[in-house]
Amino acid sequence: MTDLTSVATPAGATATRSKIRVRNLNFFYHDFHALKGIDMDIPEKRVTAIIGPSGCGKSTLLRVFNRIYAMYPKLRAEGSVELDGENVLDPGYAMNRLRIKVGMVFQKPVPFPMTIYENVAYGIRHHQKLGRKKLDERVEEALRSAAIWGEVKDKLRHSALGLSGGQQQRLCIARCIALQPDVLLLDEPTSALDPIATSRIEQLIEELKRTYTIVIVTHNMQQAARVSDYTAFMYLGEMIEFGDTEMIFTKPEKKQTEDYITGRFG
Amino acid sequence: MSSAIYTRRRITNAVAMVLSSIATVIGLVFLAWILWVTVSNGISALNLKLFTRITAYGADGGLSNAIVGSLGMDLLALLICAPIGVLAGTYLAEYAATSRLGATIRFLNDILLSAPSIVLGLFVYVIVVVPMSNVTHGAVSFSGVAGAIALALIGLPVIVRTTDEMLQLVPGSLREAALSLGIPQWKLTVQVLMRAATSGILTGVLLALARLAGETAPLLFTAFGNNFMTYSPLSKTASVPVAIYQYTNDPNPALHAIAWAGALLITLFVLALSLLTRLFFSRKKVSHD
Repeated sequence: MTDLTSVATPAGATATRSKIRVRNLNFFYHDFHALKGIDMDIPEKRVTAIIGPSGCGKSTLLRVFNRIYAMYPKLRAEGSVELDGENVLDPGYAMNRLRIKVGMVFQKPVPFPMTIYENVAYGIRHHQKLGRKKLDERVEEALRSAAIWGEVKDKLRHSALGLSGGQQQRLCIARCIALQPDVLLLDEPTSALDPIATSRIEQLIEELKRTYTIVIVTHNMQQAARVSDYTAFMYLGEMIEFGDTEMIFTKPEKKQTEDYITGRFG
Repeated sequence: MSSAIYTRRRITNAVAMVLSSIATVIGLVFLAWILWVTVSNGISALNLKLFTRITAYGADGGLSNAIVGSLGMDLLALLICAPIGVLAGTYLAEYAATSRLGATIRFLNDILLSAPSIVLGLFVYVIVVVPMSNVTHGAVSFSGVAGAIALALIGLPVIVRTTDEMLQLVPGSLREAALSLGIPQWKLTVQVLMRAATSGILTGVLLALARLAGETAPLLFTAFGNNFMTYSPLSKTASVPVAIYQYTNDPNPALHAIAWAGALLITLFVLALSLLTRLFFSRKKVSHD
């Protein structure tokens, strides 16, 4: 790949290596062309935000990274998404391995209908056989990392459905972290939460980026500006601009980006 | 002008409310009436003899053999149709939600749901009773098993449909969340989705039981009936609905009283099942909010 455009690598990202390299990615919903020739390098252990108006393809792009789209018929991705140099779209790339390496948190908190403890232990148990004590440790560690341990440590055996929305979302983050992934995909993780719960999640993202590569899709531009190091702006299935968050929000290169950010459309 | 519009709307609203209230009252009056007639007629024969004596004693007897036969056949029917129904409903919701095959099966299931129960009874007569009789040279013909199979055919489509619907009500995001953790489809279905839909699926099973417990027609050509107590699933078996049917055709008013008591028993049984079903649903609501 020698034809790297300036769009592909965010300016100033030279200090860290790319965790995910997207090359000429096209995506189709049946015959609707939803992603058009996306090139993008996502830096390791940084927060990359993807913004853009509804229907621009930002969630679709995120859902290609862990191939979750594959559960629906008639969806198809072409091109390559390299995770640590290996193309995850390659049919030979084991789904299990991909799902361990790339965790995902969804718009609405979706705890499983189990206890708080089981919500976190469930995924671990599927991938690893651990002893009772080791499992307890892993669960606690994940809950601590997701900044929810203090609130749930006395009710681990209670149903997760009894937690508040914000707590449920942090539990879902803990559930992902418990598998010790490299990448966390956050699909509008705070859009169903109140401002206080949102700010807790944002603080958490700040801490998590030391360990994980985070990609966050958000409708909220202030949120992108607050939490991310790099920002990608998408429009109608195309990657319009990708760069340092500060640059994107203060002096964007493209007119479309500026129009969107200043609220002239979208 | 606007006041004219509001007046018209108020009148339309009042008319709609009066009409729907009348409809509700008519429905409730008949329901209460049926309950009242059943209770007032059945209560007089609702005594110990009803539960301890068999139908062979006639007017001086009870329904004990019919009660045992009904409970046995209802339970066996449920054991047959609940696993098949839940699995078939799971297939429809999780593996064939959008496929043409799924749509076809759903359509056929709806036909089975509305099939006349006497037809199902005749069907089981042809495919179970007659061959059994041929194979055993007449030693086994009408049987509790055949009755249970016929009842299972009544309950099956109810369970298939509710399981399908309840699983489809589970939000898709729950599926995505589990798959994104690398959980395979079968584990997701059994350990996450079924658990999320447990109360709904159980409700379907209880509704099916309530539905098949009151059926007479499927039993006429399959379990036939029996005036004596039997615990063998291979002999002719008495049931409460069939006993009611036979007693009401008899001129003896003492038998009518026993039939009323049987009707009351079935009504109370179904009522209890409905209340149990309600209980499951209300519990589900509490746990989800």
